[in-house]
Order: sequence, then C-alpha cells, then structure tokens
Amino acid sequence: MAEVKLARRNFLKGAGAAGAAGAALATGLSACSPEATTAASAPARAPDVWHTLNATEAAFISAAVDTLIPADELTPSGSEVGVAVFIDRQLAGAFGNGARLYRQGPFLPGKPEHGYQLALTPREFFRAGIEAANEWTRKTYDGKDFDRLNEAERVEAMKALEAGTPEFAGFKSSMFFDQLLQLTMEGFFADPIYGGNRDKVAWKMIGFPGLPASYREEIKTYYNKKYDAEPQSIADFS
Amino acid sequence: MVTVLKEVDAVVVGMGWTGSILARELTKAGLNVVGLERGGMRSPREDFAIPSIRDELKYSQRQELFQDSAMETVTLRHARSETALPMRRLGSFVPGTNVGGAGTHWNGATWRCLETDYVLKSHYTEKYGRNFVPAEMTIQDFGVTYAELEPFYDKFEKLCGVSGQAGNLRGTKVDGGNFFEGPRSSDFPNKPLQRGLAGVLFEEATKKLGYHPFPQPSANASAAYTNPEGAVMGECVYCGFCERFGCESNAKASPNVNVLSVLMPDPKFELRTHAYVKSLSYDRQAKRVKSVIYVDPRNGEEYEQPAGIVILGAYVFNNVLLMLTGGIGTPYDPVTGRGVVGKNYCYQYTDAGVTVFFEDKENNPFMATGAFGTIIDDFNGDNFDHASLGFIGGGHISAGMSNGRPIATRALPPGTPRWGKEWKQATAKWYRRWFNVSGTACNYAHRENYLDLDPTYKDALGRPLIRMTYNFKNNDYKIGAFLSQKAADIGRAMNPTLVTEPRFRDGNYNAVPYQSTHNTGGTIMGTDPSTSVVNRYLQSWDAHNLFVMGASVFPQNQSYNPTGPLGALAYWSANAITTQYIKSPGPLMPA
Repeated sequence: MAEVKLARRNFLKGAGAAGAAGAALATGLSACSPEATTAASAPARAPDVWHTLNATEAAFISAAVDTLIPADELTPSGSEVGVAVFIDRQLAGAFGNGARLYRQGPFLPGKPEHGYQLALTPREFFRAGIEAANEWTRKTYDGKDFDRLNEAERVEAMKALEAGTPEFAGFKSSMFFDQLLQLTMEGFFADPIYGGNRDKVAWKMIGFPGLPASYREEIKTYYNKKYDAEPQSIADFS
Repeated sequence: MVTVLKEVDAVVVGMGWTGSILARELTKAGLNVVGLERGGMRSPREDFAIPSIRDELKYSQRQELFQDSAMETVTLRHARSETALPMRRLGSFVPGTNVGGAGTHWNGATWRCLETDYVLKSHYTEKYGRNFVPAEMTIQDFGVTYAELEPFYDKFEKLCGVSGQAGNLRGTKVDGGNFFEGPRSSDFPNKPLQRGLAGVLFEEATKKLGYHPFPQPSANASAAYTNPEGAVMGECVYCGFCERFGCESNAKASPNVNVLSVLMPDPKFELRTHAYVKSLSYDRQAKRVKSVIYVDPRNGEEYEQPAGIVILGAYVFNNVLLMLTGGIGTPYDPVTGRGVVGKNYCYQYTDAGVTVFFEDKENNPFMATGAFGTIIDDFNGDNFDHASLGFIGGGHISAGMSNGRPIATRALPPGTPRWGKEWKQATAKWYRRWFNVSGTACNYAHRENYLDLDPTYKDALGRPLIRMTYNFKNNDYKIGAFLSQKAADIGRAMNPTLVTEPRFRDGNYNAVPYQSTHNTGGTIMGTDPSTSVVNRYLQSWDAHNLFVMGASVFPQNQSYNPTGPLGALAYWSANAITTQYIKSPGPLMPA
C-alpha cells in the first residue's frame, strides 16, 4: 500500500505537467522513488529510481547536485537532468565497486601527489562522505541534514566542504567535495545514455554537438564560425 | 604446474608498436615468431566502432583501453628517504594493454629527435665546456646517431602514413617545416592536416615574433593512404576522439591496422592473447634467456616458451620489471652510482604556458584531431644558446586543441567558481573560445631518479611492483619558468580578450593529473656496459639473444613524444637482428 501512496504523491507533485502520471505509471517505476527526489518541475518523466543510494543518500546527492548545478535560464537543475541518477548508477556499478582501483594494502596516508590512498571503494567512500557531511550540517544548522537546508545555507555548506573546513574522520572534507564535484560534472556532461545530461541539456548549453563527430569539411567551412547543430547521443545512432 | 612448449625461433613480449614491428621483420626474415599479449584481441571494426566509441565517460574517464591498475601499477616516492605508495588509479600516465597496446589510444604525434639529442652529453660538453653538465645530471649519448637512424625514421613514418611538412630535405631547408630538424631523406608520406583557429593564430603570432612555426607531425592521415606493407588507412575526420580512444576510420595509425593486418595472416606468426609474461628464465653462464614464462590470467595456467631470440616489447615498467626479476644486468644503486637496470628513469615536464580566451572568436574545439598542434622548436634542445641560462635543454611550444570533450576539456578564466550559477554562465560563454599555448619540455636524467622493485606492494601475479623514486629537479623548474614566459609572449601577441598568468609546475611531481604517457629509461642504451643495459642495437649486454624495445632504452627524455623515436629504434634493431644476429648469434658489440 505504501507503494501506491508514493505513486500517488508523485502524481500530485507532477500534476502540472499533463501526462506525467501516465508515463510514470506506465513504466511502473514510480513506486520505488523516495519522496525527496521527486522533481516537481520536471515534465513527463518517470520518478528517479535508486540502485544503490538509500533514501537519505539520495536526498543528499539530489540536493547537492542541485546546488552545484542550479536551475537557471540555461538548464534545469542537476537532479532534474538526471545527475543524481547518474551518480547512483556509477556508484552501483563497476566504478563504484572499485574496478581499476589498486586495493592491496598496506593503506597508508600519502601526500596529495600520491592520489587516492583509502581502502574504501567509491561506493563506500560516498557512504562515509555523505554521513559525515550530514553530521556536520546537523551540528551547524540546527539538526538539519544537508537536503533540509535552504538554498543560501546549501551554498554556504558546499563552500565550506570545498574549502575543507568541516573536520571529517579519515579523510578531508574537501576530498569528498572534489569527488562529488567530479561525478557531478561527469553526469552533467557525459552522454545521456548514463542517465545524466537529459535531453542533452549540458551539450546544448555549451554548443557541443556530440555525435557523429565527422568534420572533414566543416573544419574548413566553420573556421572561426559558430557551428550550430542539434547535439546527438549514442542512443540516437543505436 | 608449468606446461613447457616447443621452442620457437623468436618470442615477442607485448604486441604494441615495437612488438608488432619486430614480429613482422623477423617473420619476413624467415623466423617462426610467437607474439605474447597479456590482454585480449582488439580489432577496430569490432571494438572502435561508431557510435559506441564516441563515449567520453567510458574511454576517457573510466579508462576502458588502459592497463588495469587493480592488476598492476607502480609505487611512487619523491626521495629515497620516503616510503613509496602505490598509484592506486592511473592518472599522470596511462599505459595500454590488449593487442595494439597504447598504440590504439595514442594521439598520433610522431616526431624525430634532434640530431643533438642523440649525442646529448658530448654535444653540451664540447660546446659549453667539461663542467657545464652538472655531475648529478646523468645524461648520456644514445650510442647511435640521427644519421644512422634516419632511414629507419623514414620507414616508420611511411608505415604510419605520417602527415607533416618537411623542414629539411636532404640538407636543404624547406619553408613551413621544422627549421631545426635533421635532414630527412624524403618528405612526409601525407600532407599536413587541416588547422583550427588555435593553430592559425599561433602561426601568425610566432611569425610576428620571429620564430619558425610548423605543423605537428601526426600519424593521423590527412588523406587515405596505403602503407608499404599494404595496410590501408582512411582519412582523418577530425572527430576529436583520438587520445584515449580507438579510431573507427583507421585514420590514426595503430599496430592493429598498420602492421597486424598484414602480419596476422602470415603462417610464420602466431599471436597468443591472454599470455601475461611473468618472468624470463635466464642462463647466466650461457648469457642467454632460455625461455619466457607466461600466465593465462583467466585461469592461472602457466606456460614456458623457449625461444632462440627474445624481444621485450612491453611498456617501460614491465621491461624493467622483467629484467630486475630475471636477474639480468646489475640493478642501479643511487648511492654508488653503479649498476644500470632502473637507471635514468625520466618522465616529462608539461604544461608550461598560458591559457588564452577570445570573446569574439569561435574555436570549435570538438573539430580536432590528436596531434593537432602548430609548434615552434626555437626553444627546444640546444636550438638556442644556453651559455648563461642556468639550465640544459628546453621544449617545444604549441597551440592546438586535440578535443572539445566536455567532461574534461573546459577552461575558465582564473577566479571563476567551479560550480553554481556563475560557473554555468562562464562555461556556456567560454567553452568554445579558449586554448592553451604551452611548452612541453625534456626531462633529463638525474642520479636520484630511478626504478627498482618495491619492498612491500605486489601485483596480481604476486610480483613486486616497480617502485619509482622520482621528482622534478631544478633543471626542470628552470625550463618551465623559461618556456612559460615565452608562451606568454606568444599568447599576448594574439591579442586575446584574456590571458592567464604564465604557469609552470613548481611543486613535487604529482601522480594524479594527466601529464603524458612518456615514461622513459630504466633499460637504457649505450656503448659501455657499465653505463647501459643494452648496446646500440638494443641487445642486452648480459644476454645476447635478448633485445629490449621501446622508450625504456632512452638514456633521457627529449621533449618529443616517444613513439617516432622508438619506432625508428625498433626498425634499427630489427635490421641488426635480421642482417647480423640471425647469421651469427652472439654479441653485436664487444663489451
């Protein structure tokens, strides 16, 4: 019954866009979506489904990517264009579970020039980072998790993380911020097949044409001229 | 349980550029050759096809075509007093794996070294005096000259269908090419590639300043091309997915297309994939390598392959590892300066320059190819006077974006936030309107920079990781400061809307950001066994049937990308093997 209720709530939140509910119900995906991630302003798309993030983590990541990539005249917000979903998928998959990461010990603290030296997989690292970040915001902002902060507070908190001000156990808070920002940018600018950059909004924003990327003639004819092309994704050719 | 296999005439370790070339030359000479590749087969038609190959996340960020650092990596310490830690992810450099090696995912820059690069120590000593080269700078001559290598450079350029503009044809200077290059016996097989905005503006500015700009020689074919082996290349389409990607139109030369397409059908050649060479079995008495031991990493089965000739064509670190674990040659000792294996490890000093931004221009950075630079060599090698500079060597300065892939290739004016509203606006505004003008410098050998076996960390086969004791030294920082000023002069001469302050790397060597996959040294070549691992024909002083290929034989790193020079050396060595060694196996030089 809880599933029905969630779906109902999504329906109400998305009611501004005709057809949203129909699309969501038809895919059957809406039931899994936690409340915090239903994007009220996103038209006609199924609510987000989480492969690995728990509800608290999903709320944090959604709020974080909306702070890093706010909605404006250029694009909708990070979560609205799928960046939170992208991060969830990446953490759920090979990357998140330590593919291509040398994981033999001993694990010793290194200099920044050594790069990542923790025993944690990216999935584990994000779990620890989100817990620590929420713990810090609860201490600093009247017991509130990051996603419960208002916009100005979120920006302030992100700047503090970026500067490494909060003390985290085991690693610098700026290191968590850097990895969060890295995944956010990957999600925003990667091919939409990975869940982010929905409708190629990031590519449209900057003028990156995506595929098929064959410019034998264009490199001459568009010398010092703006090349306007509707961006195309791998999915458009598959 | 090791399965002992039937002896073959020659076994080649690693099927990248050098391994493929040696396998081809040795089979042509009538030998039966087995090629061992730790990875799997990669064919452009299957593996580099559109649309999937145009995937920045998969190939560039998640490093699909590179060596798997979960299996093996190297450790780093900046000085002998420190404990080395593993590079847990690839960053600063990205060795390849699978058939074709890094030759599938390179950018295609295909250089020749300067004539003076080959006689570096004697050149500086003769020109500037006996004490000019500091004692701790352990540079040395290659033991082979540019003139000797020239025919083999020519052969490699034709193999790869290199696009470029000659600057010196048989001693006659040619306008528009590299004024400083050594004489070449013939022009490039293909005309230079098209240029983008950065290249054109750079050319104008450097001409105005009295320098000698020229197009970067590139193994991206500017026109369809059939190489002397009969392999066919397509024309470059300027897709901007070159380095870190395979080429779907076969326009970027690769071992797979330019060599293996004709080598594979040869019955004298057998390719074995998933054959991860673990060790060399060395007969110290006979001064020979008896066999190579390899593992199938899929099931752990071990095989011993005896061979008459053994070619090491792995990447720098594995060449050194196999020599050290095989007990072949004396390991380098930085305390006494004696020993050779692991000596003179060098890297590359990159990104000394500026970023320029143009409000009123369109750079279309995504219309690009890997080796897309316009270059000046006026401050490279000893092309300028060093008498009062306080450093030796230099670098080439270039402009020309190799791609506009949006996850990684975005620059913003200094002071712009990394996220938020202001970041978005600036990104939308500048993404198509900037490029770098940067110097890429040499990195000369230093007594304290070397490779040995890590005492703690192991690879997936249980072998020690290579330990890198390495840092940039004063010579590098001085070159960086110098090149960044020259690059800033050029940048400002373009009248950009904004130009950054000149920048150069002034801290410790950092293993995290990508710099270049131009690691060199560790099995260096020369004419004296007390200061080199292999002789001038790349033959081991300690095992006459062992020949070591690749940039691990460079005594130091000149500024140029290593593929051209190591391709020429591979043909040079192959020529010595096929014309001398096969007839009369034994040392090709007296020790």
